[in-house]
Amino acid sequence: MTQPVLTARGLTKRYGKVTALDRCDFDLMPGEILAVIGDNGAGKSTLIKAISGAVVPDEGKIELEGAPVRFQSPIEAREAGIETVYQTLAMSPALSIADNMFMGREIRKPGLAGKLFRKLDRPEMERIAREKLNELGLMTIQNINQAVETLSGGQRQGVAVARAAAFGSKVIILDEPTAALGVKESRKVLELIQDVKSRGIPIILISHNMPHVFEVADRIHVHRLGRRLCVIDPKEHTMSDAVGLMTGAIEPEAA
Amino acid sequence: MSAPDNYEAVTAGASQDVAKFDDEKKGLIGRFHHALHTTPALVPLIVLVAAIIVFGLVLGSKFFSPFALTLILQQVQIVGVLAAAQSLIILTAGIDLSVGAIAVLCSVVMGQVTFRYGVPPFFAVAFGLAFGTMIGAINGWLVSRVKLPPFIVTLGMWQIVLAANYLYSANETIRSQDIEAQAPFLQFLGNKLKLGGATFTLGVVLMLLLVAILAYVLRSTAWGRHVYAVGDDPDAAELAGVDVHKTLMSVYMVVGFICALAGWVMIGRFGSVSPSATTGVIGNIQAITAVVIGGISLFGGRGSIVGSFFGAMIVGVFELGLRMAGANPQWTFLLIGVLIIAAVAVDQWIRKVSA
Repeated sequence: MTQPVLTARGLTKRYGKVTALDRCDFDLMPGEILAVIGDNGAGKSTLIKAISGAVVPDEGKIELEGAPVRFQSPIEAREAGIETVYQTLAMSPALSIADNMFMGREIRKPGLAGKLFRKLDRPEMERIAREKLNELGLMTIQNINQAVETLSGGQRQGVAVARAAAFGSKVIILDEPTAALGVKESRKVLELIQDVKSRGIPIILISHNMPHVFEVADRIHVHRLGRRLCVIDPKEHTMSDAVGLMTGAIEPEAA
Repeated sequence: MSAPDNYEAVTAGASQDVAKFDDEKKGLIGRFHHALHTTPALVPLIVLVAAIIVFGLVLGSKFFSPFALTLILQQVQIVGVLAAAQSLIILTAGIDLSVGAIAVLCSVVMGQVTFRYGVPPFFAVAFGLAFGTMIGAINGWLVSRVKLPPFIVTLGMWQIVLAANYLYSANETIRSQDIEAQAPFLQFLGNKLKLGGATFTLGVVLMLLLVAILAYVLRSTAWGRHVYAVGDDPDAAELAGVDVHKTLMSVYMVVGFICALAGWVMIGRFGSVSPSATTGVIGNIQAITAVVIGGISLFGGRGSIVGSFFGAMIVGVFELGLRMAGANPQWTFLLIGVLIIAAVAVDQWIRKVSA
């Protein structure tokens, strides 16, 4: 059996008296799309935050490609190759598309201008940003220096996914990427997800949208009461099964 | 699994364009709005130029002369430097009420270190600048690590610094003649450059340089982009990979340093070192006024440092122009009050991007 890219064992996170993660396990295989589903309050977000470095778990360990990691911040997770598209998208509305794509990893001019005066290489960043957006067949960009706040919800989502796809080398996490989108824009994002997968980068997809989950996921991690209830194969189970499992209406078969 | 209704198939006939970034045709007002949105310093520049033209027409060559116009620069140099510092803080969605007090305390420190301890003035100035940076670091630490609101931190720091200033100096003024005789370097920024009728002090040059440098840094370096991102949405910035704590700390420290520079500019401007200089009490409000008139949003993340320089200049033009016209000085305050409210109204309008 192939080694998982990312594993977590016994993750626990408490907020005061609330246990958001309760000895949770997690596995992500190479090149797969793993959907994570669960009812509201099941602890999906906390699980994802623990993996993406936004939350430091109280207990448990995470391994990336077999090496133990302990992220103290999203920056550390990013440096390790884990990119996350948050539901809030984590973009600065007043800044441009290019600025947002390179936030925290700006490119400086070569030579003295960059070293001494720390001047940013704007043309280069704009070129890469445009290239990445086009590469994903995402959209026809007129003005890469447009402020993000002037974009529609779908456009913003597209930029956020492109940012993750452009820089994520090992794992890409998508938190509810289609929740705020219309039918056509959702379709585009799903195609984008397949596109990223075809490059061999595994994806963790958190979603409430069962048709979308069943369409793109290779495996489905069902999260319930702060831990992994079971992992099901979308080809062998129905959406009703999945909903039954995550709400507790159905007990998982002993695996 | 039962075949779900293929609801997406019906979109096949629809336009397949997704998310196009067209700059749709807008009217004149729309384009003006767009220009303001991308160049926020435009509004104060228009107001500044208009004010100069109006006063120039009314007062004639008395106002519209190199001497009078550069006099305005000299009169706004302290507020201009403080406004540059204040801009940085307000861009991070904070506010700094202690800028003026830090400037006064640092000028006192520079003076007292020279005269009380006999330190060479060059090192006294260096010590004063370091001291300002340290106060800034304390502000920054309280805001960023202890997570206290900037308003509260700097309201407290304002009182602490002002009181420390009186206690340390024993409310003694160091006279201009003494400084001139024993430590002229303290008055270095008061040195004048004459070009025709125009007079620039080194303090004015410093202010202009400072604004130019900050404008460059904010626009063209990663740090500058981070300052905007932190002011815009600190949570998003953190998730996107910005070290918010480091950015805030550095901003407050740079601001402390600039306030100390303002203290040095004060010695050059007044000649003497006085713990009871009014800058300590009203410097913060003057700086905030300049920043707001300059179009920097109090909600953070929007505006440019050049704008707040224009804001400081507008106040200076009104003050000198109205004084030359022989108007009651209260008219200045009244008009500046109107400008503040108008500036924020314009800011709100600019933020309405859907227009």
